[in-house]
Amino acid sequence: MPAVQETVARVKAIDVDKYKYGFFTDIESVKAPRGLNEDIVRFISAKKGEPEWLTEWRLEAYRRWLTMQEPKWANVKYPKIDFQELYYYSAPKSTEGPKSLAEVDPELLRTYERLGIPLSEQKVLAGVDGARVAVDAVFDSVSVVTTFKEELAKAGVIFTSVSEAVKTHPELVRKYLGSVVPSTDNFYATLNSAVFSDGSFVYVPPGVRCPMELSTYFRINERQTGQFERTLIIADKGAYVSYLEGCTAPMRDENQLHAAVVELVALDDAEIKYSTVQNWYPGDAAGKGGVYNFVTKRGDCRGKNSKISWTQVETGSAITWKYPSCILRGDGSRGEFYSIAISNGHQQVDSGTKMVHLGRDTSSRIISKGIAAGHSNNTYRGLVSAHRKASNARNFTNCDSLLIGDKCGAHTVPYIEAKNASATFEHEATTSKISDDQLFYCLQRGLSAEEAVALIVNGFVRDVLQQLPMEFMAETQKLIGISLEGSVG
Amino acid sequence: MLEIKNLHVNVEGREILRGLDLILPQGEVHAIMGPNGSGKSTLAYVLAGKEEYEVTAGTVTWKGEDLLAMDPSERAASGVFLAFQYPMEIPGVATMTFLRTAVNTVRKARGETELSTPDFLRFVREKAKLLKIDPEMLKRPLNVGFSGGEKKRNEILQMALLEPALCVLDETDSGLDIDAVRIVAEGVNALRTPDRAMLVITHYQRLLNYIVPDRVHVLSDGRVARSGGPELALELEESGYAEFEAA
Repeated sequence: MPAVQETVARVKAIDVDKYKYGFFTDIESVKAPRGLNEDIVRFISAKKGEPEWLTEWRLEAYRRWLTMQEPKWANVKYPKIDFQELYYYSAPKSTEGPKSLAEVDPELLRTYERLGIPLSEQKVLAGVDGARVAVDAVFDSVSVVTTFKEELAKAGVIFTSVSEAVKTHPELVRKYLGSVVPSTDNFYATLNSAVFSDGSFVYVPPGVRCPMELSTYFRINERQTGQFERTLIIADKGAYVSYLEGCTAPMRDENQLHAAVVELVALDDAEIKYSTVQNWYPGDAAGKGGVYNFVTKRGDCRGKNSKISWTQVETGSAITWKYPSCILRGDGSRGEFYSIAISNGHQQVDSGTKMVHLGRDTSSRIISKGIAAGHSNNTYRGLVSAHRKASNARNFTNCDSLLIGDKCGAHTVPYIEAKNASATFEHEATTSKISDDQLFYCLQRGLSAEEAVALIVNGFVRDVLQQLPMEFMAETQKLIGISLEGSVG
Repeated sequence: MLEIKNLHVNVEGREILRGLDLILPQGEVHAIMGPNGSGKSTLAYVLAGKEEYEVTAGTVTWKGEDLLAMDPSERAASGVFLAFQYPMEIPGVATMTFLRTAVNTVRKARGETELSTPDFLRFVREKAKLLKIDPEMLKRPLNVGFSGGEKKRNEILQMALLEPALCVLDETDSGLDIDAVRIVAEGVNALRTPDRAMLVITHYQRLLNYIVPDRVHVLSDGRVARSGGPELALELEESGYAEFEAA
């Protein structure tokens, strides 16, 4: 398989401990003063030229946040975060709202080029495989450019930054914002509601199949800056959209905070496929630095026979706290969660999903593959519940953990609640180790130890890899190889 | 050519090989026989470089170089191949993917060009046919759910694809019925060339009816106790290993 060969070549080409995306772009930025108070919330809202109702919405969230406590139940350890030490808004000076490509600061374009994200529409069009992806690029707190907007508009698809959508489609934003993850939801979601910066907004009208893959690329650049993006995707009746997000950040000694909220709404017969390739800076070999990734992602299958599918590949971040979930409200709706979570070095992952069955004949499927190496800790935490009225709810869960070495940990914490006797929930879990015999077998066939681990792990996560959009599969296989380098002595 | 001198090997603190000497010239096939626990499989693993096998004394010279100084993948690249007694299962990795990765890695290490996809497929189909391997089998995850016969044929297929200079076959006949033994043996015989040496480890003479060796060595208590021509194997079939059992 050429991808494995590439994995191998990539792993060889870079030194251990070198995070490829760790560079910093030297660009002048506009920042809000350090710390958080009502004035900062107003500052952010004013910067974005928001209407009164949204400013109030933010302030209300901020006041509630002051009364809330950080969640402590996750299996992760980190020093207390001083929320007054952070910057809550940072934007490249040259960018005041999204522009056309021609107007974007060339320094920003170069940054994305180094990250391998094509922002030039011509270049993408000229691509050999003809794969086309529309990209929304978010740099610190603002969206710097969104590609293929006009072409999407022809199909009736709205793909823009949330800040822009507030101006151009206020009725849609007002109707759906906070309707899946209310501003009162949890500590980080509430903080996000108060200070959210930018993110993507997608609306696919009834009966429309979005003509291309949509994607957002998030980059944290500034020092001590929190990124609080907010993404809102609505698939109207019978619509279909596939969306992918990617994330990276520079290498820094201090920790960076990323507290995003993603809300998905699928109406009758609609389908949303949401994929994430998360590669935030994980910290160095000693566990210093790295991103705290505290994210709330939830999809609402609001309509009958709607479907929401989450696929995540989590390789980065010092700490991951993330449970992309589905509320299966519509009768006959379906939720899916496919996850690959890799932890190496001193990374800590507490991730999983919630499948909340409310409607009749709803079904869900969870496939989670956790891989722990180095000194890392990897926890799957998942809830499957059936409401009293959710007759014939069905769930299948499969959680597999793979350990590499003997200093890491893998944990599985399933919560299952069925209040309807007709519910059928199945749970399978396995924990295995890459055995010395498996490794030796590969070495005897000429593979190096790292090639062997990459091959075995790619085999282990195969069921989930197949759920990713084709364009990203090869990239992901490479990423898996890179994330695990140095995991075998 | 392979030359083993006074080889002593410990496994988990116990001495298994105790001064083994062996010379395997290019182009020859030697059989290693002996009772259980005489050190046959240990010899195979030591040649391939398995970590827990600790060499405490002696030398192994391979093509004029110190084999023991090489790590397992370097040995593979230099042409050492071990057909495992118990081939490992690797879930999720298609057999074809594994074969291609191995072949191209070894080719690269030897300074040869990697095979293109069509060339590789042609190469595999041709070799698989000789071993009566169903191409469907190659789509399945490596060794997962394979029958004993399929696993062993898959080992010989890898041997054919990797084109090694030294083939070590560790009890390749164990667990096979007589038809399967014949198919595997035919596959091995097809690989007998003047520039390739083979070490065929077996408990039973049966396999040697099909793979006729140039020399037979009987291991006892970690040393070569007796060497002879192919007739030695027949003699053992008659008399058994009684005289070689550790006292």
